[in-house]
Amino acid sequence: MNKVPRQDVADAAPRSLSDRLLRWESILVVMLVAVIVGNTAISPYFLDIYNLSDATYNFSEKAIVALAMALLILVRDIDLSVAAIIALASLAIGLAAQAGAGLPVLLLIGPLVGAACGAFNGFLVTRIALPAIVVTIGTMSLYRGLAQVVLGDKAITQYPKDLAAIGQSYLIKWPPLPYSFVIFLGLAAIFAVVLHKTAFGRKLYAIGNNPVAARFSGIPVERIRFMLFVLTGTLAGLAAVLLTARIGSTRPNIALGWELEIITAVILGGVSIAGGSGTIPGVVLAVFILGLATFGLSLVNVPGIVISVLLGLLLIFSIAMPIVVRRLMKSRAT
Amino acid sequence: MNFLLKHRELALSLIIALMVTGVGIYAPAFATLENAASVLNDTSILCMLAIGQMMVIITRGIDLSVASNLALSGMLAASLAQNYPDLPVIAFIAVAIATGLVLGLINGSFVAGLGIPPIVVTLGTLAIFRGMIVVYGGGNQVNASEMGDVFQSFPKVTFLGLSTIFWIMAAVAVTAWVFLSMTRVGRGLYAVGGNPVAARYCGIDLAPQQLLVYSLAGAISGLCGYLWVSRYGVAYSEIASGYELTVIASCVIGGVSIAGGVGTVAGALLGALFLGVIVNALPVMQITPFWQMAISGSVILAAVVVNARAEKRGVKLILPEARLAAGAAK
Repeated sequence: MNKVPRQDVADAAPRSLSDRLLRWESILVVMLVAVIVGNTAISPYFLDIYNLSDATYNFSEKAIVALAMALLILVRDIDLSVAAIIALASLAIGLAAQAGAGLPVLLLIGPLVGAACGAFNGFLVTRIALPAIVVTIGTMSLYRGLAQVVLGDKAITQYPKDLAAIGQSYLIKWPPLPYSFVIFLGLAAIFAVVLHKTAFGRKLYAIGNNPVAARFSGIPVERIRFMLFVLTGTLAGLAAVLLTARIGSTRPNIALGWELEIITAVILGGVSIAGGSGTIPGVVLAVFILGLATFGLSLVNVPGIVISVLLGLLLIFSIAMPIVVRRLMKSRAT
Repeated sequence: MNFLLKHRELALSLIIALMVTGVGIYAPAFATLENAASVLNDTSILCMLAIGQMMVIITRGIDLSVASNLALSGMLAASLAQNYPDLPVIAFIAVAIATGLVLGLINGSFVAGLGIPPIVVTLGTLAIFRGMIVVYGGGNQVNASEMGDVFQSFPKVTFLGLSTIFWIMAAVAVTAWVFLSMTRVGRGLYAVGGNPVAARYCGIDLAPQQLLVYSLAGAISGLCGYLWVSRYGVAYSEIASGYELTVIASCVIGGVSIAGGVGTVAGALLGALFLGVIVNALPVMQITPFWQMAISGSVILAAVVVNARAEKRGVKLILPEARLAAGAAK
């Protein structure tokens, strides 16, 4: 009689509890809890609110850049030049400070230089159609090289006090929250809303999953990719302001190797390097896991390079484990 | 011009020749045979690493861990020399190559066995391998005085004015060329990189190929680890730090396509040589070494742009309908 029209493609099954528990973010939450519990167990100083707030200094700047990098990797691009952009932006801040510029100029010039560097990356990638990884390996040498040409073996260490205040003091006295951490939290909230609750965010997933189909659906793929490069550069410039203000000096090797730490955080956060999947909460959790693990281990005097071994193992095994588990489950099912 | 773009090895050789001539006119000491020999000796390690990296990139992979592998392999060989300075040199070389091979196998098994993206795996092992030097040696360094003569004298032996390092590089290059252009497995690498699906239908499996290239790249890094440490006379955790990007840059300049399937031994060698000539020409030109990074960055970008143009010309549309469609799309 009245037949219900059947669709060719069945509706997606409702999410089961096990699906929710097996989500990458849930695994990250467990890892974060493990890091906090483990660190509390090995050091009595870990769960001190002032210590924890100081710990945020060490990862907030990288975390800010990681947010933009996550979007870039989501659309199948990557930017290896972020640390070099930080160096160049820090140089610009240093030169402006030497010229006697006031605080507003110092705060603005970093993001501006960053945006310019990002625009150059974006131009080469989208207009000349070059692979992002190759372009940014080149600009990485170029940007840091320019900083090196200007600085030589010298350093700029004269910065006004009001800039140092932004890098070294708390924005909120209680709970003690540094400027950089508050900025990171604010940006993370904005990024999460834009990526997960707006049409623009959905477009990024569309581009990452299939750029050609996205273009045919009317999404300005190249323009969006260009924008994301500019955004990443801008946030690297912002990170340069915070870092320069915090350490009060600009050297050619400032932030050396940060690009790999930032990308590690993004990948651990569950953003697929092949593009098209990943979430901001995942990246935020990964940033906390890496930052707090580093802080806790350095509290008990584990050398930095040994920590990097542990974080490297964490990266590989956290990516490998789900694959191994899935294979085991599959082989049991058949 | 079109001809040169299509034959990028020739174009690159011409550019290098022009550079050498230009610098030679400015500073005659640069264009001498002795200096050419010293540039070649200086660049040989980079050349070998570029060849290993190229084989990985051909299969659409990337190995960011080569410099860390080099440092760890070199450290193990040096610490063997520290404890047993009288062993024959082949023992040190064997230990370095074996270490590098094992490290490469680790990369390869994660990439090939579990299907984790190469950039993720080698980003992790980049940190792990280098950190293992400190875990193993407690942060101590091995100095030239502790390594013994056997260990250090080998790379300094010269034949026809060129050091052993150069001759080893030449042997590696010839072997790699024969392997890539004349063997079934070598040709398979291009097939896998050019089109993995089509290669699969032809019966060429991706996984064994990946395992092979990461192992080879690892073994080459191990060999370079011994050569590096014995040449510069020091082994510690920071040697060749960041060198992986110079290696990849050499490949890119040499026309190896990061998208896979394209690349030649000659290209990788010339790319490395190009960077080597620049590094050696700067002091002669009395340009401070601080310029080196900015210049190599610009060179990489220029090379990528040129290569991209050459690749675009390379596309041929065979079917008339496709040609029409492409015309309409324009």
